[in-house]
Parts: sequence; C-alpha cells; structure tokens
Amino acid sequence: MIEWLLFVIVMIMLAGALMAMLMENLLAATVAASIVSLGLTVIFVFLRAPDVAMTEAAVGAGLSSLILALGLKRLGLWKLDVPSTAVKADAQEDGKS
Amino acid sequence: MHQFSSFLFLGGFLFFLSVLTGILPLGDPPMIIGQAIQNHGVSETGAANLVTAVVLGYRGIDTLGELSILFAAATAGGLVLATGKKKTQASADEDAGFIVKTAAELLFPLLVVAGLYIVIHGHLTPGGGFQGGVILAAAFFLPLLAKPSTTMNHNTMSLVEGFSGAAFIGIGLIGLFNHGAFLQPLLSKGVVGELFSAGTLPLLYLAVGLKVGAELAGLLANLNEEDDENV
Repeated sequence: MIEWLLFVIVMIMLAGALMAMLMENLLAATVAASIVSLGLTVIFVFLRAPDVAMTEAAVGAGLSSLILALGLKRLGLWKLDVPSTAVKADAQEDGKS
Repeated sequence: MHQFSSFLFLGGFLFFLSVLTGILPLGDPPMIIGQAIQNHGVSETGAANLVTAVVLGYRGIDTLGELSILFAAATAGGLVLATGKKKTQASADEDAGFIVKTAAELLFPLLVVAGLYIVIHGHLTPGGGFQGGVILAAAFFLPLLAKPSTTMNHNTMSLVEGFSGAAFIGIGLIGLFNHGAFLQPLLSKGVVGELFSAGTLPLLYLAVGLKVGAELAGLLANLNEEDDENV
C-alpha cells in the first residue's frame, strides 16, 4: 500500500521536475519546481522524519520558490503570458554568452 | 544536445535511486551512533525531541557555524540587493487584489502563532528554531506582498537579528566560564516533556528562531523592494 502511494508521489515529483525543465513560462517553471519539494515533504513524513519534512515544506516549497519568483520579478521576467519565440531567443542569448 | 545530456543524467540518477531503494528497507537507517543517542540522549540533555538534543546539546557549535553561514549569506544578499536609495512613491507597485489582501490579514496572526509555537516547543515536538524562523519570516513578509508600498523597518530587523545572535553566543560563553565547555547546557533539566525543561536548549532555540526569522524577512524585503532600478 505505502509503496504504491510512494510510487504515485514520485511520479508527481518527476512530472514536476520535467515541467520545471521544459516549461517556457518561467513563473510556471518555478511553481513546478515547488511541486517537487512538496512531494519530497510527503516522502519525508513517510520516512518518519517530521523535522526534515517541516524544513522541506518551509524552505523548499515556500521560501525558495518565493525567492525564485522575486528574482524573476527583479529581472523583469515576471510574465503570465510569454510569446514562445521571445523566451527562446533569450535562452539562446544566455547560452551564447 | 544539452537537453539530451540532461535526460541522460536523469536516467542514470533514476537507476541509482532504484538500486538504492532496492537495497535499503524503508525507514531503517544502518547506523550505530543513533542507538547510543537514543539510549542516553533524553537523560543527558532533558529534551524530549532527540533531534534538538543533537542539534543544540551534542552539536551546538555546528549550529553556531550554520547560523554564521546563514548570516554571511543574508549579509551578502543585502549588500548586493540594497542599493541604498529609497523607492519613490510614484514607482511603487499597486496593491494586490482583494483575495491576496484578505488572505494576508487572515494568515498573518495564524502564521505568527504557528511559527512561535514551533520555535518554543522545539525541545518537545518536531521542529525548532530553523523551521519556525522560516515560518515567522514568511509571516512578516506577507503584508509586504499584499501592499508593496509599505516598507519593512530594516533597523528593527537588524537589531533583533544582532541581539539574538549575541544571546546565542552569550549563553555559550556563560557555559564556558561556569562549566569549562562552550555551549555547556545550564540550568536544571526539569521534567522531560514539560515546557520549562531541558535547561538552556529552549532559550538557544528561541535565539535561533528570532535570528533566522529576522534575517530571512530582511532578505525577502530587500528582494521585493529594490526593483525600480531597471524600470
């Protein structure tokens, strides 16, 4: 039973990680990255480590995604709707430099 | 090419994880020192939460190192982010919507109570200064998220941070002078499981919680405030 629950959570985490890698909207990628931390929190509870689960929920899911989102805001990348070509051009420029 | 190598790394990492989970039984750590701490930790430190007994009792100076790393990171962040100029009222962001504002007002007291509970009961229940401190930082950042025109008082934050850090080191120094070891647990251990027990460990965790909360709230406020230079 618990193995199946863990399997589902790990699959959700993997989907979140893939979305964080592949999403073109950076704000959505940040949210997807916080999904990974949220799944990890549940796994820590299953592993009987409530302390680590608390830290993961507060720091991993809350604070780090907040800092990433505020960083996006400072860089002017906080956009809910991004035309895909603009982001790709930005990414290529970043890759070259 | 770059994406292909990322996927290759992901596949290898998955294989590694599956091998690891195949060998280890779930939740059964292969350790010896854990048994020793479980046998003697509660009677030696008086803390019902063994993690706190390790973090502040047996490894207090490591916690001080952790605090100084966090302090250095927050100071460097503030140095880079805070340019010193005040944000003009004209360029301030508009207030957030009704949902965010109401939720911020509703959640602020609840988050403060939850954070303080986790900090103060760090020696009894899971959690402690670091976790509760992050929750406190989030609580004090919420009003800024709802109303970006308000600013946080950085001097107060620095005062709280400095005094709590000094309190941690001060308690350690009292232990050094009275009992010959830095961060030696002082005061009576009391009854295990009561709020006033475990000697100085709750005081140390209170200092840690206030320091972490003030530091991270200041860092978040710095990140949020100074975003008008590229406009």
